[in-house]
Amino acid sequence: MEKVIEVKNLELSFHTFAGEVKAIRGVNFEVNKGETLAIVGESGSGKSVTTKSIMRLLPESSTEFKNGEILFGGKDLLKISEKEMQKVRGKDISMIFQDPMTSLNPTMPIGRQIMEPLLKHQKLSKADARKKSIELLGLVGMPKPELRMKQYPHQFSGGQRQRIVIAVALACNPKLLIADEPTTALDVTIQGQILELMKDLQQKIDTSIIFITHDLGVVANVADRVAVMYGGQIVEVGTVDEIFYNPQHPYTWGLLSSMPSLDAAEDKLYAIPGTPPDLLAPPKGDAFALRSEYALKIDLEQTPPMFKVSDTHYAATWLLHPDAPQVDPPVGIVERMKTFPGSRYYTGNAGGAN
Amino acid sequence: MTKYITKRVVYMFLSLFLIASFTFILMKLLPGSPLASAAKLSVEQREVVYEKYGLNDPIPVQYVRYMGNLVQGDFGTSFQYKNVDVSYLIVKKLKYSAILGAQAIFVGTIIGIILGMIAALKQNTIWDYGSTIVAILGISIPSFVFAALLQYVFAVHWQILPVGLWDGWTSSILPSIALAMGPIAIAARFIRTEMIEVLSSDYIMLAKAKGANWFEIAFKHAFRNALIPLVTVLGPVAAGLLTGSLVVEQIFAIPGIGEQFVKSINSNDFSVIMGTTMFFSVFLIVIILIVDILYGIIDPRIRLAGGDK
Repeated sequence: MEKVIEVKNLELSFHTFAGEVKAIRGVNFEVNKGETLAIVGESGSGKSVTTKSIMRLLPESSTEFKNGEILFGGKDLLKISEKEMQKVRGKDISMIFQDPMTSLNPTMPIGRQIMEPLLKHQKLSKADARKKSIELLGLVGMPKPELRMKQYPHQFSGGQRQRIVIAVALACNPKLLIADEPTTALDVTIQGQILELMKDLQQKIDTSIIFITHDLGVVANVADRVAVMYGGQIVEVGTVDEIFYNPQHPYTWGLLSSMPSLDAAEDKLYAIPGTPPDLLAPPKGDAFALRSEYALKIDLEQTPPMFKVSDTHYAATWLLHPDAPQVDPPVGIVERMKTFPGSRYYTGNAGGAN
Repeated sequence: MTKYITKRVVYMFLSLFLIASFTFILMKLLPGSPLASAAKLSVEQREVVYEKYGLNDPIPVQYVRYMGNLVQGDFGTSFQYKNVDVSYLIVKKLKYSAILGAQAIFVGTIIGIILGMIAALKQNTIWDYGSTIVAILGISIPSFVFAALLQYVFAVHWQILPVGLWDGWTSSILPSIALAMGPIAIAARFIRTEMIEVLSSDYIMLAKAKGANWFEIAFKHAFRNALIPLVTVLGPVAAGLLTGSLVVEQIFAIPGIGEQFVKSINSNDFSVIMGTTMFFSVFLIVIILIVDILYGIIDPRIRLAGGDK
């Protein structure tokens, strides 16, 4: 498969008054053409920072790229000049932000905001850009697009504004779309509509998507593959089915167990104990070990490498080492694994994963 | 919009009526009379003058008469100058003050905005500190200190500009610069703070993500959003400057309205005090109205109720 973007061994620190925050500590992933990669993890795990570093949108004064490369279209985005980067942003890679209420300029009519990337990157004439913008508004499901071009963001609802942001992002048919929690600030029905819209548009313009979220329900809905981030590292990566039905990392188990479910036997919702690691002084070994009831002695001493589970599925936990003791995941996870062919708990009679 | 402005104008007249009434009462409570310094007049002569100007009538009668005239646009005549209409006096004196004030506001705001923009875009660099120092100096040093300094450097030492009095446009340069320090400082500070805040907002991040360069970000996206607080504070500052600055006019011996106002209070020139007060009030109220309309032009979110869609 053709790789659209490849992030290799990315390491990044923020310099703050408190000291150096090691926000990203060796992240590797790639996104293939036309696929959606979801990056999940709790707040502070480095999801947003990873994608903002792809766009180079982090504050230059306090950010230090320590290592790694971001390969896109044969170029390392970390090495090209700011001017070249401006040609990539909005054209080849574009971005949708979390809060549609604040991500549109309040003093500019939305028409001009959609036309901007068209005028800049595609060098369209004003009239053509206008026509294309009206088309885009129609495409994202905005009724009466001609009339609404002249209106300002405050005249739209949150869901409509996110549609406008999507129109802006898709204006130049980007190769990669980064969606940073695009549905978090919306209510559930609108969430569903926006997700449907994104899936629909992805097929129409054949773009790849990096979808950042902490909502596993959303992941199941949109993603082809999932990367689970914790403490500035990717701890597990695999296809949606592999992550949901054959998770290997204790953190992924925790995440899946803390997902509310309609048919759960218990009426108490599980929560992962403890707090995320302090990245001013990242813990030695597996960053999750201190919060994990499955931690081994070696977890506190050595960072686990990525162990291969299948061709598409890797997880960074010592539990996968051949010498590791056999550990049973939580009951709920075992139940899930029973339905996944290839998992060690597969019973074969549950009709397979869906 | 028309409805809104009509409403505002009605309120404006109401405010003016109240201001006129209060000023009239306060003025009458002041001790002394326009003739206090004319010691040579005999008691009989005084009586004649008082009678002529109606100053012997009970205060309510004087009040009603004055207000009646005011409604017809008659401000009366001055007590300190012979047969000079108050409105004529104000217009004549205001010219100088308005030229100084307009120049100071115009130049001051532009320089201030430029300094503030530089400071915000080059945050925590030498440019930022430099512009902050200028702003702090402008705010903390009174204008008469600048006035004296400018006089010394440009008029006494280099002798390239007149030291004082009104002798054509060149006379307005130094006092305008002295007056501009305030607006420079205010505009620089407000624009810097607001730009820094706006530049860290989500829509600026989105503009960057669309591929905008720093110039487009600063001027197309951020600037307009950073203007609102500045417009708010500059309104009253503008009114203050256009209606004359007493101190600077005194130092440069400019025959402006600020100077005239103080002279009138000292000599109990009732009609000029009333006239100037009314004039200042109208000015301030109109400027506040303009500021409110400007808001709507700058920021569509505060476009006034019933405004065009």
